[in-house]
Amino acid sequence: MSEHILLPEGSLEKQTTTLNLGPTHPATHGVFQNILEMDGERILKATSTVGYIHRAFEKIAERRPLYQITPLTDRLNYCSSPINNMGWHITCEKLLGLQLPKRVDYLRVIIMELARISDHLICSSIMGVDTGAFTGFLYVMQYRELIYEIYEEVCGSRLTTNIGRIGGFERNFTAKAFEKLEKFLAEYPKTLKEFENLLTRNRIFIERTTGVGPISAERALNYGFTGPNLRASGVDYDVRVHTPYSSYEDFNFTVPVGTTGDCYDRFLVRNQEMWQSIEIIKQAYQKVQEFRGAEADVYHADAPSYYLPEKKDVYTKMEALIYHFKIVMGETEMPVGEVYSSVEGGNGELGFYLISDGGRTPYRLHFRRPCFIYYQAYPELIKDSMLSDAIITMSSLNLIAGELDA
Amino acid sequence: MALTNEIIQQKLTEKFGEQISSWDQPYGMLTFIAEKNINIKVLQFLYDDEELKFRFLTDLQAVHYPDNKGFELAVVYHLHNLVDNVRIRFKVFTDIEKPEVFTATGLYEAANFMERETYDFYGVNFVGHPNLIRILNVDEMDYFPMRKEFPLEDQTRIDKDDEMFGR
Repeated sequence: MSEHILLPEGSLEKQTTTLNLGPTHPATHGVFQNILEMDGERILKATSTVGYIHRAFEKIAERRPLYQITPLTDRLNYCSSPINNMGWHITCEKLLGLQLPKRVDYLRVIIMELARISDHLICSSIMGVDTGAFTGFLYVMQYRELIYEIYEEVCGSRLTTNIGRIGGFERNFTAKAFEKLEKFLAEYPKTLKEFENLLTRNRIFIERTTGVGPISAERALNYGFTGPNLRASGVDYDVRVHTPYSSYEDFNFTVPVGTTGDCYDRFLVRNQEMWQSIEIIKQAYQKVQEFRGAEADVYHADAPSYYLPEKKDVYTKMEALIYHFKIVMGETEMPVGEVYSSVEGGNGELGFYLISDGGRTPYRLHFRRPCFIYYQAYPELIKDSMLSDAIITMSSLNLIAGELDA
Repeated sequence: MALTNEIIQQKLTEKFGEQISSWDQPYGMLTFIAEKNINIKVLQFLYDDEELKFRFLTDLQAVHYPDNKGFELAVVYHLHNLVDNVRIRFKVFTDIEKPEVFTATGLYEAANFMERETYDFYGVNFVGHPNLIRILNVDEMDYFPMRKEFPLEDQTRIDKDDEMFGR
């Protein structure tokens, strides 16, 4: 690489160009601003600005009872909001010491893995779009629609799901939901295969992505990478395996890893994870079907002080009415304690650090947002690369503005 | 031999003695409080020690305890040993009048944004940080919004007479 001659800052004879990439650049898929110092097409320096959609969730959460915080978590990584919701429920359950029935755990696993697929398929197919291949995006996008329909059957909403409750689900899965799940399991693998056929061994795609934005395992760990981005550089850290939650220890799956940590590896790791997710969903669905008798209808734990009772009970039973009132008005006290709990989110370890002083709302709640932490490596990743590589690097990192800014 | 909380506690006590206190294990995670001027020494020791190997900074944030006079702000570190899969948490407390804590950016690149965020919301001044400016809030902001002296509006207030929203 040739040596760059840099003139002193503010010099009139400045030889480099300052370029604003973002905040509303169509290629950045979100509100990201990077001020680039360019020497022709080559990036010398990048300065990231974050915070464009900061919504002060941590502050808002300090005045809300636990169940009202779930909709806030939706809006972190909105490509896989069910994982955030579940992560929050699991944190609360850990604080409250609730034990969940196995069926609830398995249903959660189904939903979380669907969410992971919907997250990864966006990221992988958008990488295709950013390299000029739009077709694959349309192939897999239909199945995101199907996943959203499954969410809809379970909780009534699609993007910001607010799915589940502390202690389980708001209602049992309908037959229609399982029907759609079966349809998904039958059809999606074929489409994913087709999508991979288009890109994985595509020469143009390989040339565009190999060696672009690489990061070594050591640097990635130092930067606090987690999730597919860390695994792409060869570290097999997965929260589902290391700290199993929601009965992930009952499932058989492998953790795909890459070697060089470049864009192509990240793409491959995400695709492989989708295959693994499909396997997990199949296993979970089978386990769900194996329940017999009363167990087959269990969809929440027995935790009356935190789990909202069914509406028909509220109208007919005194006890249910009291609990309903207490929960809705946010008059349930939490136990004193501090808890850190994390789940494997769409793009890394999504952690919740909750401090309770025994009141009705958290004393302090901090979200460990994987995006926010690994985004700081972006200037290093794109240094000395071309502008077009910076775009593809950003989409391969799966940055979600909602999670970045909280 | 698996790394247990007892071994970690013993090693840290051997090294730092009285400077580390308040040992606890809420929900199984070893938690302790260190004196604020040794925070980097503790991090470095946990990083370098061949047995402890806490080389992943999971999270860093602050908590405000207004009633804890002289030690109002707590900076909380979450560390993870990825080899033995053990997590620990430790806190340093600092005076809100002079909230100065040494930066961990020398050890972890990941601490850069996390410390900026902590500064942004709590005003903790991380001494030695390369670029300690606001990150999520606007640059012109002249207060630290997550401190407890800025309460969110109480939903149950009755002294407000708002015609449109009738509270």
